[in-house]
Amino acid sequence: MSVELVLGGLLAAAVVVFVAVPFLRAGEAPQPDEPAPDALAAAEARDRALAELKELEFDHRTGKITDEDYRALVQPLRRRAASTLSNGATLSGRTPEHAPEQHFSDV
Amino acid sequence: MPELGRAALIVCLGLAVYAVGAGSYAAWRRRGRLAESAENAILASFAAALVASVVLLSALLQHDFGFVYVYEHSSLELPQAYTISAFWGGQEGSLLLWLLILTGFSTAAVLLARRSSRSLLAWTVPVLGAVIVFFSLLLVAVSSPFATQPAPADGLGLNPSLQNPYMLAHPPMLYLGFVGLTIPFAFAMGALIARRTDELWIVVTRRWTLIAWTFLGFGQLLGAHWAYVEVGWGGYFAWDPVENAALMPWLAATAFLHSVMIQEKRGMLKIWNVLLVVGAFALALFGTFLTRSGILSSIHSFTEGSIGPWFLGFIGVVVAGSAALIVSRLPLLRAKTKLESPVSREATFLYNNLLLVAFCLTILWGVVYPILTEALRGEPVTVGPPYYNFFLKAFGLPLLLLMGIGPLIAWRRASLRGLGRTFLWPLGIAVAAGLVLLALGAGSSIPGLVGYTFCAFVLASIALEFARGTRARRALSGGSWFGGLAELVSRNRRRYGGYVVHASIVLLAVGVIGSSAYDTTREQRLGPGQSMAVGDYTLTYRGATRERGVNAMETRALVDVERGGERLGTMRPGKNNYFAEQQVSNEAAIRSDRLNGEDLFLIAEQIERDGVFLKVLVKPLVNLIWIAGFVFLGGALIALWPDAREQRRLALRYGGREALSRA
Repeated sequence: MSVELVLGGLLAAAVVVFVAVPFLRAGEAPQPDEPAPDALAAAEARDRALAELKELEFDHRTGKITDEDYRALVQPLRRRAASTLSNGATLSGRTPEHAPEQHFSDV
Repeated sequence: MPELGRAALIVCLGLAVYAVGAGSYAAWRRRGRLAESAENAILASFAAALVASVVLLSALLQHDFGFVYVYEHSSLELPQAYTISAFWGGQEGSLLLWLLILTGFSTAAVLLARRSSRSLLAWTVPVLGAVIVFFSLLLVAVSSPFATQPAPADGLGLNPSLQNPYMLAHPPMLYLGFVGLTIPFAFAMGALIARRTDELWIVVTRRWTLIAWTFLGFGQLLGAHWAYVEVGWGGYFAWDPVENAALMPWLAATAFLHSVMIQEKRGMLKIWNVLLVVGAFALALFGTFLTRSGILSSIHSFTEGSIGPWFLGFIGVVVAGSAALIVSRLPLLRAKTKLESPVSREATFLYNNLLLVAFCLTILWGVVYPILTEALRGEPVTVGPPYYNFFLKAFGLPLLLLMGIGPLIAWRRASLRGLGRTFLWPLGIAVAAGLVLLALGAGSSIPGLVGYTFCAFVLASIALEFARGTRARRALSGGSWFGGLAELVSRNRRRYGGYVVHASIVLLAVGVIGSSAYDTTREQRLGPGQSMAVGDYTLTYRGATRERGVNAMETRALVDVERGGERLGTMRPGKNNYFAEQQVSNEAAIRSDRLNGEDLFLIAEQIERDGVFLKVLVKPLVNLIWIAGFVFLGGALIALWPDAREQRRLALRYGGREALSRA
């Protein structure tokens, strides 16, 4: 029996064991992570609204948006951001007071 | 050890088949253990591909000519570095490199995404497995690097064009780019199969796309430099089909990296983004097909193989399967928002996408047309540089302009008053630069003058973005200008990394325009002691030398160079006559001026006993192209660098999993 044959056999055996490890392990099987679509959609809407608000503030500070344009755009965006924050908090079970703080600290 | 190599490839194939079957069943029936087992099969396939690669590499280093591949692509006299690069010098070895990188990237993707979203990974694993099946099947059944023969005393050697230091890095770099595009494709398909309507796949894949895009972009520049110094024709990009093959997926990925921002910020262009991801992957496969099938003649197509129909079949399956999946998921992909104004940041991204995709498609048509005409009429119709140069100007100049316009416009919509305020300085600088260049004589090339004016506009717009951003950041948190700049960049890495990449594209454009629109070329026969003048240079032929190198006879013409009465040195253009390969290569001599970025490029077209036919090129600003490569790399690294704030936001959005940010 050649060395190559033995090495090839060892490789095959090792990968079979490695692939079978999840079946050999004791305990509960890992469950696929299933996010709740509604909560995820709300979280994405919340992040998008906050990011838009952040962009608007930045564009205003850097002079890309005039004061007049800023005033016209900021109120609807703020309302939408507030609405997505409360909606997201309801769906994710977080308190509405907690979530905005974490977000605005990054903005 | 060929049996071990063959066994490793068969094991790799078996593991990939298992990953497809078990992974699909596990995703369909929601079997956690089976899904993890399929993931492990992907990880193990990397180990198997690694074993096969080590076998081939050790055969090359030991000059084991019993391996047909080693015999055909190396020789005893081949320097060791090129013996290593012979790994990817032929078809079988380069396919093995594809498989190695593919399984390596797949392993990294599985490990990084494992804890972030198993439900997304569930269908991604079978897609990754399917691509691995294709490549390992090719290596097992069609094009094995482990075919053997009675060992001859010496090998045939490596193609002389590949005996260049750039060949140590350029092909692996391109392959890292090509193969890297598999990961976004697999995640996109995985998300569509799983009917995921959220944007997790976008978050997970954009960094992978950026990595692949960076490798592909830098790899192309390395290839351009290889062509410049090694092929010896005085250029760096010739619209060769294989060069185009690398450019097309890069353009598609560039479009995706811009349009993905619109999806993230506005929830639009979902279908478009999936199409770009599929397109980039299909074009990467098409590029490999062009390089390795031997279907067309190219200086970069070093092999003629039998794998063409296999690749075409696989590309067909990928395109048809992806199209069917996208059509079946159209209702999930429709956007709920729409473009508010044609004058907004997202609108400029859209225009940029249309131009990039249009440019990509015109290149694709130029590559495919000769193949089609040969198939239909029996003789190919060559599509040459004038076709591509026309579209480069038609699409490239507006793209350049958009790079300057985009950063100056606000998201959602911009008013005329706001535009006037932000455009004032960049426009003024561009017009002033154009007038100065015109006065300096740059009007000899109108496209060149327009290009340089646009470059000035883009650079001014980028500089203004950094200045205004830093000022705004300082107004918020105080501190020095440098501190404000550092904070600005670290808080918005993707944006400002992107601007640095834009600056590198401007440098590239300045170099390309300078060296193509304002270059000088002169050809002349010189006898010993005779001189010729080219631009500011005076060249005097002194004679020729002939020396035996490591694996070639090296003939050199000795040419003294003067400028303005000052002697700059002796240049030695010539030819190498390779012993084992029985081939002759052109060895150009290049003198770079570090102060003005100009190159003096000499080609000894024919060296005779009593003279030399010399071709001389003066290429202004050409060195900016290579500098642009490093700026590009720097910008890409800034954009790629992990952002702790973004990680926190994503962890909050997707359920507090810190691992997500690393995906």
